[in-house]
Amino acid sequence: MRSARFRELWNLLAVAVLTGVGFLSVYTARQQEITSTSLIYAAFFLALYFVAHLGLRAGLPDADPWLLPLSALLTAMGLTEIYRLNPLLARDQSIWIVVGLGGFLALILLVGDQRKLESYKYTLGVAAVAMLVITMLVGTTINGAKLWLRVGGIQVQPGEFAKLLLVIFLAGYLREKRELLTMAHRRILGVGLPAARHLGPLLAMTGVALGVVAVMNDMGTALLLYGIFLAMVYVATGRQLYTVAGLALFIGGSFLVYRLTPHVQERFQVWLDPWKTPHTNGYQIIQSIESIADGGIFGSGLGRSFQVFSNGSSVIPAAQTDGIYAVWANETGLAGAAGMLLIYLLFAYRGFKIASVADDSFSKLLAAGLTFTVVLQAFLIVGGITRLIPLTGITLPFVSYGGSSVVSNFMLLALLLMVSSRTARVRR
Amino acid sequence: MNPRIGTLFKLCAGACLVLISFTAYWQIWAASGLAARQDNARLVYRQLQIKRGLILAANGHTVLATNTERTKDGLNVFLRRYPLGPLFGHPIGYNTVGSGRSGLELSQNDYLTASNANLSTILGRIGDKLQGETVTGNNVVTSLSVPAQRAAMQGLQGHSGAVVAIEPSTGRVLAMASTPGYNPNTVARNFAKLNKPSSGAPLLNRGTQGLYAPGSTFKVVTATAALQSGKFTPNTLINGHGTCITVQTVPLCNAGGESAGVVSLSDALTFSYNTVFAQVGQAVGQQRLYATMRDYGFFRDPPLDYPSDEMEPSGLYSHGHLLSQRAPIDVGRVAIGQERLGVTPIQMAEVVATVANHGVRMRPSLVDRVVAPGGGNVYTTHPEQLVRVMSPQTANELTDMMRRVVEEGTGQAANVGNLSVAGKTGTAETGVSGLNTAWFIAFAPADNPKIAIAVTIERTPEFGGTIAAPIAAKVITAYLGSGVAK
Repeated sequence: MRSARFRELWNLLAVAVLTGVGFLSVYTARQQEITSTSLIYAAFFLALYFVAHLGLRAGLPDADPWLLPLSALLTAMGLTEIYRLNPLLARDQSIWIVVGLGGFLALILLVGDQRKLESYKYTLGVAAVAMLVITMLVGTTINGAKLWLRVGGIQVQPGEFAKLLLVIFLAGYLREKRELLTMAHRRILGVGLPAARHLGPLLAMTGVALGVVAVMNDMGTALLLYGIFLAMVYVATGRQLYTVAGLALFIGGSFLVYRLTPHVQERFQVWLDPWKTPHTNGYQIIQSIESIADGGIFGSGLGRSFQVFSNGSSVIPAAQTDGIYAVWANETGLAGAAGMLLIYLLFAYRGFKIASVADDSFSKLLAAGLTFTVVLQAFLIVGGITRLIPLTGITLPFVSYGGSSVVSNFMLLALLLMVSSRTARVRR
Repeated sequence: MNPRIGTLFKLCAGACLVLISFTAYWQIWAASGLAARQDNARLVYRQLQIKRGLILAANGHTVLATNTERTKDGLNVFLRRYPLGPLFGHPIGYNTVGSGRSGLELSQNDYLTASNANLSTILGRIGDKLQGETVTGNNVVTSLSVPAQRAAMQGLQGHSGAVVAIEPSTGRVLAMASTPGYNPNTVARNFAKLNKPSSGAPLLNRGTQGLYAPGSTFKVVTATAALQSGKFTPNTLINGHGTCITVQTVPLCNAGGESAGVVSLSDALTFSYNTVFAQVGQAVGQQRLYATMRDYGFFRDPPLDYPSDEMEPSGLYSHGHLLSQRAPIDVGRVAIGQERLGVTPIQMAEVVATVANHGVRMRPSLVDRVVAPGGGNVYTTHPEQLVRVMSPQTANELTDMMRRVVEEGTGQAANVGNLSVAGKTGTAETGVSGLNTAWFIAFAPADNPKIAIAVTIERTPEFGGTIAAPIAAKVITAYLGSGVAK
């Protein structure tokens, strides 16, 4: 279907116009600090998405025409704010997008069909756990969280990749076992339970997630992984037992972790009353909500809010990663913030649509899992930065600065597009 | 699986809605509260970009607060500077980035930052913003007289205390000095040090916040109530035999162990006989005395254009709280300015200013007018009569009595050449033997008052007549000699 790609191209052109306007407004507001040559980052960024578009034409001509532009728009919003915070970071981010694009094209052109991955599900599952375990053992601790792995001079965040591997593993595993898990092996107190050996991997998953919190001090990744797991089990089996039991296990486990680990207690205290420690633990969240509040309904305008001190450090600590939503909400106001969230909702709509029209269980589970990953991750960090839930250091998909995040989300996008393309091809 | 995928999507949509609502909560409902917080870096940043208006002395040209402009990262930043340093530290206050602001810098902040809701100011500010120009605040012209303030600060040097001077006919505050002082140019840097208990509370404006037993200066208030009651005239004779009398079972004595004999009310004020005034107070009664005090402005913050956090009401205090006006008191001791009275220097200045203004109390003010940067008038303070505290006749009688205090009584140190000064001394016990609170309240010239003044010196072995009266004399001469008195 050629029209899908044309629609995509038009959508990308719209994104290009918005990106250009965004970069120009940042530039005009901050002319004194930034050079006009930095505007080429925008052009470079758009060129990369155009390459992605060409890649889709070559590899997946029938893929969904909305996902790439939607993700491009989110990335553009992020890149504009990263550029606004520090043009050099925008340059780095553009380079990461090149790497991400490489992963994207490799998946599309070399794998091409998501079902090829199904047979590697256990390998991938073990790889996910191994990545996390290795990080637990030899990871680097930055800002109190041990979630980095140093590979040949570059910092990699294995959690970002583990989530992808986990979704693929679970999609394969649950497709295979979902009947067994749904069937009652024996009944205890009138509740049907499947055989213990089928439950094993699921319980192991819970253990890994909690281990991530306790050892890596990374509540964000733990919540994300566990949330993905619960959602996919729910979609696969439809058994409320698992959801309820999973949530109960989670609450029990969280309580245990809360009692045992001081840093989790600390996070909770900060969430409940950040103004008790306004200059230390509460500083980040206070600066974030003051920044969001400063935006009002229409915001201060791109590049026109106070985000960077004269020594170059940002007002909100980790503004380009954890705090990017707060910066966006400050400069574009409620209008822009709600807009960004609605783009995620559109992304979710397309993703779940792809899942529901896919014609095999693996593809359905994969697409639903990947889509939910994006939404849950966005919820965790936006909820954290708006003080809806305790703040956990996790990236805002497509928007935040960060190499691992960019690359893994590009790959996630490639997988979703693959599912959509295959469905369309089979239908035709 | 499709229905469950649908459920998952609904969950996501719900989450999206919750996040939008929460963002809206911060941006719409909580925004104004957060914006005003001192820990808000944006607030500080915006403040630094505003060119605050000047604060000027009454002469309209002596600059008390101005700005130095610096360029930082291509941004124009304005830092506050006070050319006369500690001289006007208390009335003007300070404006800092991290340590807040005080004094007129606080109470006039809206004018100084052009945030006042005056049409021409708003248009000017929007114009500035649209052209990307610095927002320039309005200039505040105060009623403060440089010679009077300088004489007051010089007089207070070496003591802890305060001087407040008021123009009787208008209520304009001419001088407001408090020591130990501080330098507003360095207050941000020294903030912690200035707040140390050992530093002697230099940031405290003793003129508006210092609560002292007024001692015999309060006899002016008692005399007002007595004359207004109709029970007394200046010539009413009172039996003052003996050096002490018993008031509420506790003996009350005259200073220096004198016996008054049978004296007139006027004599009793001139020579400050406690035994006589205690009887006068008892005869007047709590109700009448309190009514007069209320008229004079006691029991409330002075109605001054100054931050309410930096003013205290005068009255009777118990454990740091203003006593209820229904609580039982020892009227005899209140009448001579002891008991649990805590009175600010500005309150006593208002008392003498009212006597000087023929019995009418004027609203005190520090701001004469507010002028737009372009020169247009934004606001002018017009003298406002608050209440008639006493009849003109009572005021005249009190004036005559107070003239005698300076001419032949306890306040002779305030005699200023050929000028007629009306005044009253006060020396209150502090509870620590050998240390007094010394007071002098006065106005001059007595027949056509231009300046009313209250001087307080804390913890001094000396007396009101010996230490406070000479300071008052210096301020009066400096002010009247400067030729600014109209």
